[in-house]
Amino acid sequence: MTKYLLDKFLYTVDRDPDLVERYRDDPRATVEWWEAERANAVLNCHTGEASTWQRFTDAEREALAGHDYPALFELGAHPFLTLTLFIAMFERDHDEPLAFQKEYAVRLAHFALPYPDIAT
Amino acid sequence: MAEIVAVIASTHHPFYYRASTSTGADRPPFADEWVAKIERFRETLTRARPDVLVMVGSDHFHQLWLDNMPQFLVGKAPFYDANWYNEEREFGLPRMLLQGHEELSAHILRQGLDSGFDLAFSNELRIDHSVTCPIITLRPEADLPIVPIYTNIFAPPLPQPSRFVQLGKAIREIVEGWPSDQRVAIIGTGHLSLELGGPRQFGPHGPDPEFDRRAVDWIATGDLDGCLAEVTLDSLHSPGNATHGFMDFMLMMGVAGEGRKADYVDSLDLFHTMEAYFTWYPDGVDQ
Repeated sequence: MTKYLLDKFLYTVDRDPDLVERYRDDPRATVEWWEAERANAVLNCHTGEASTWQRFTDAEREALAGHDYPALFELGAHPFLTLTLFIAMFERDHDEPLAFQKEYAVRLAHFALPYPDIAT
Repeated sequence: MAEIVAVIASTHHPFYYRASTSTGADRPPFADEWVAKIERFRETLTRARPDVLVMVGSDHFHQLWLDNMPQFLVGKAPFYDANWYNEEREFGLPRMLLQGHEELSAHILRQGLDSGFDLAFSNELRIDHSVTCPIITLRPEADLPIVPIYTNIFAPPLPQPSRFVQLGKAIREIVEGWPSDQRVAIIGTGHLSLELGGPRQFGPHGPDPEFDRRAVDWIATGDLDGCLAEVTLDSLHSPGNATHGFMDFMLMMGVAGEGRKADYVDSLDLFHTMEAYFTWYPDGVDQ
């Protein structure tokens, strides 16, 4: 489990307007590019150094590439990060206010307490 | 010594700004009642005539991140830029610039460290809606210097609820010991029951109205013993997966004091979450 790296993807994409659109339009290629080029960047640090060991599991990569937010919930991605980014990508496709947020809840309805652990 | 002229605890609802400023068909049906309640709540701060605001909130993965996550952090900077691109995008929040109060920040850091709280600090902190929402609701002029204090209610492992209460009590003592003639208001925001990114989110009410009813009662009556007897890091998962933000209310109960009834209590049952507003006047207030 590398919940931290899942969260890092969601966090870094969410804060970049261009990446939000790129991830919406071409998720698999964006995830593969990000894992190759960005996963090892040490955030809030100068760019001369990087980590060497960050890598998604296959299940994590597939969940991200499939925009599969129920799977991300199951994997323990931080729910605030997932929700915020997916609202940014998909709220616009719904006419009614909060329609996407309500659909999101319905698609997670099979989860009962205790929810998957989000501790990193 | 400084005087604590008001202690205020509130929910921070990022939709308030847009709801309160929208017009015509965009204005939600609950906006007028919400605005009326906020204006009454605002008056409880205005009446106290503060000079400086200590603001307790929690960064929502904006500046603070999992590679370097503080549990409790005090801002010490001459200015704080505020609100972030994703808050502008999702909530329509405006960019803001707030003045800091470095002398009070330094006092809180020094005295906090010397009384057993290993506080982190930041000399360049861009604050988010946990602090700007109460500025918008309580002091929209944004004309007073602030000292932001961030707590980690968001990224486990979290400090215990009792630690939030202890920190609140310490902040009260530390501010009261500040050698200054300034009038200080201590304002903190958190949540009642709340679910974000889970199956119980965005329902017609908060995810656990019974928890909310009891939580409002604990806060309004200053029932720290009752609250601490029931609230644990594990128990807070049950009312909603983001309910750990209630620990900032517990911190504010620590500031207000054991058994201290709130002088002003109000709430508003909204979709998704219940709003709640509390004000204490430690030494009374001019009417």
